[in-house]
Amino acid sequence: MVEKPVKKEKISRQPMPEQKPEVRKRNFEEVPFGLSPEAAIKEAERCLQCKNPSCVDGCPVSVDIPGFVGLVKEGKFTEAISLIWEKNGLPAVCGRVCPQEIQCEGKCIVGKKDEPVAIGNLERFVADYERRNRKAPMPTKAAPTGKKVAVVGSGPSGLTVAGDMILKGHDVTLFEAFHKPGGVLVYGIPEFRLPKEIVFSEVEGLEKLGVKLECNAVIGRIVSLDELFAQGYDAIFLGVGAGLPTFLNVPGENMIGIMSANEYLTRSNLMKAYKFPEYDTPIILGKNVITLGAGNVAMDSARTALRLGADSSKIVYRRSRAEVPARGAEVHHAEQEGVEFHFLTAPVKFIGNAEGRVVAMEGLKMELGEPDASGRRRPVPIPGSEFTMETDLVIIAVGTGANPLLTQSTEGLKLNKWGYIIADEKDGKTSKKGVWAGGDIVTGAATVILAMGAGRSAANSMHEYLTRGW
Amino acid sequence: MFKIVAREEMARGTIVLNEIEAPLIAKKAKPGQFVILKANETGERIPLTMADTDPEKGTITIIYMIVGKSTALFKTLKVGDSYLDVIGPLGKATHLEKLGDVVCVGGGTGVAVMHPITKGLKAAGNHVICIIGAKTKELIILEDRMKAASHELRVCTDDGSYGFPGFVTVQLEDVLQKNKNIKLCVAIGPVPMMKFLSQLTKKYNVPTIVSLNPIMVDGTGMCGGCRVSVGGKTKFACVDGPEFDGHQVDYDELMKRLASYREDEKRCMDEFCKLHDAK
Repeated sequence: MVEKPVKKEKISRQPMPEQKPEVRKRNFEEVPFGLSPEAAIKEAERCLQCKNPSCVDGCPVSVDIPGFVGLVKEGKFTEAISLIWEKNGLPAVCGRVCPQEIQCEGKCIVGKKDEPVAIGNLERFVADYERRNRKAPMPTKAAPTGKKVAVVGSGPSGLTVAGDMILKGHDVTLFEAFHKPGGVLVYGIPEFRLPKEIVFSEVEGLEKLGVKLECNAVIGRIVSLDELFAQGYDAIFLGVGAGLPTFLNVPGENMIGIMSANEYLTRSNLMKAYKFPEYDTPIILGKNVITLGAGNVAMDSARTALRLGADSSKIVYRRSRAEVPARGAEVHHAEQEGVEFHFLTAPVKFIGNAEGRVVAMEGLKMELGEPDASGRRRPVPIPGSEFTMETDLVIIAVGTGANPLLTQSTEGLKLNKWGYIIADEKDGKTSKKGVWAGGDIVTGAATVILAMGAGRSAANSMHEYLTRGW
Repeated sequence: MFKIVAREEMARGTIVLNEIEAPLIAKKAKPGQFVILKANETGERIPLTMADTDPEKGTITIIYMIVGKSTALFKTLKVGDSYLDVIGPLGKATHLEKLGDVVCVGGGTGVAVMHPITKGLKAAGNHVICIIGAKTKELIILEDRMKAASHELRVCTDDGSYGFPGFVTVQLEDVLQKNKNIKLCVAIGPVPMMKFLSQLTKKYNVPTIVSLNPIMVDGTGMCGGCRVSVGGKTKFACVDGPEFDGHQVDYDELMKRLASYREDEKRCMDEFCKLHDAK
């Protein structure tokens, strides 16, 4: 008997259930709830299982995407997480914060005619399933090599290096300057986008594997890199991030109520100022909040302001909507929650009251001119377009630079003209023997997954050095 | 965890000294540098310039005035208790060199910050004249230590209850008039005091260093909360300071910025006092 070919019923992209905008804009709970197992299986069925999958090319750490999606389709969630772990130690994080639309999902063939397979949501589902059920076997560690590795900074690149190096059999210590590990994942990204419990759970996983964690350790101050070598460390990875806030040099910028996004988010996320006075760190509760900039950090700030009770939260961006650098999902979520977008608008000066508190921002309308060095059309002020916007809190989210705290105090470490560490693009080697670097301190502010990719390459190179030589 | 090994109350219990086990910091710390302390899980990160260090014993000493909830919470810690987090040494160290005659002026807990700097200046071979002051006799701190750290010590009280009557500025002017060879003035204390001392030394053309303690979160240059205007340029006190040219600092802006969270601080302190009194 010949089986009749069954015409496959078209399944559309499974929607991610999430908190309603009018509810979530006033709480710090995570926005999406995550896919149900049924929805995950259904979504996985949409994957074409391409022979030459472009999605994998789009992934900076080359996760076997068709492989794990295929396992999800069969309901083998535990096997799926083990397969992801082979390439990515932080899937619960990446499923939430990766810019999938320009990476894996951007390359998905299904996406040519329909919406792409929800690879990010599936990755997140598998990671969350494992965190709740704890069924997957721990990855196996290679025999001890007797080599000591210091990882400076516990953000995405540092966590990746620590995880890779402990599995390769090295003795790993992870140093963090703050009192809590996780770097930008903890001080920068808000709870409603990445619950801190997830990050701490990943770090605990590393500690279970044997990684030693030292918080409150400002390397370069409490101990220098040369002293670490003298203490017996054989290799050092620097993943200290790009934690120097950029200000605008606009008159009135030092008034009360004007702060960097780094300060605003660190107060809220790391210090839990959103729980003041249960937690002691205060934060300014603006009613009319302006966030300058339109990257992910700006979206995080504008949305945090709503959750802290703002009546209005505005994004002011000097370029147009087409140039917005934030992840599509973040812009969408921000708009749903009522964040107002003011494009082609730039600040000119801030106006304060007698106490030195900001009460208004004077701005200027812009139009797009010729392309600039970044290839984007340069915003040009429109003469006579000055206007005033009332505000009691301005958050400056126009990017960060290289923090010189460690690099300045380290001899033999070559920096570029902006102060970033010069490291080999392929393997992360710096100009100083035995020292590697990766993540934002090399590239400037970028994404979690790119930092993880740099960490992966550096770990491979460090392992080669420790087993074979520089 | 960072254990308190010695504790002392001064100035009618309004100022407290803690000697804390922090061997790595003690080994590296230099005069003028600060640490950030956090008492417990829910606590704030509080920057305090170290008043002393003992590298051999592995301890650092901080001296703080009770000004809000966080310092009130610090005060509840006894010998044997611990701070959850201590981070440092942070900030730039004082530039210590032999200049000749120098004068160090400290007010309030600024005297504590002044202590290691005075010691350092003396050790560098300077002739150190020291002026310390407070509102009244009981609020004068570290008199013996400052006497030992300097060649000449003048103590002043605003109410005249001890030492020279009047503000430290009066004694500084006296020193500047009598000694035309003063090469440097280091002034540390409340912001208005530093402002007026700097105005005075400017008149006499004496280079002046002040140590600032603005609002800070991380202390490593990441947040910019501690920004101060110095010579018309924005500086971060945590990494560019905490010491700056006293003649260039915009003190009025600093005073305003220090008041950023006054309402919140008051609310926090009131609730803490209520809870504490109930116990």
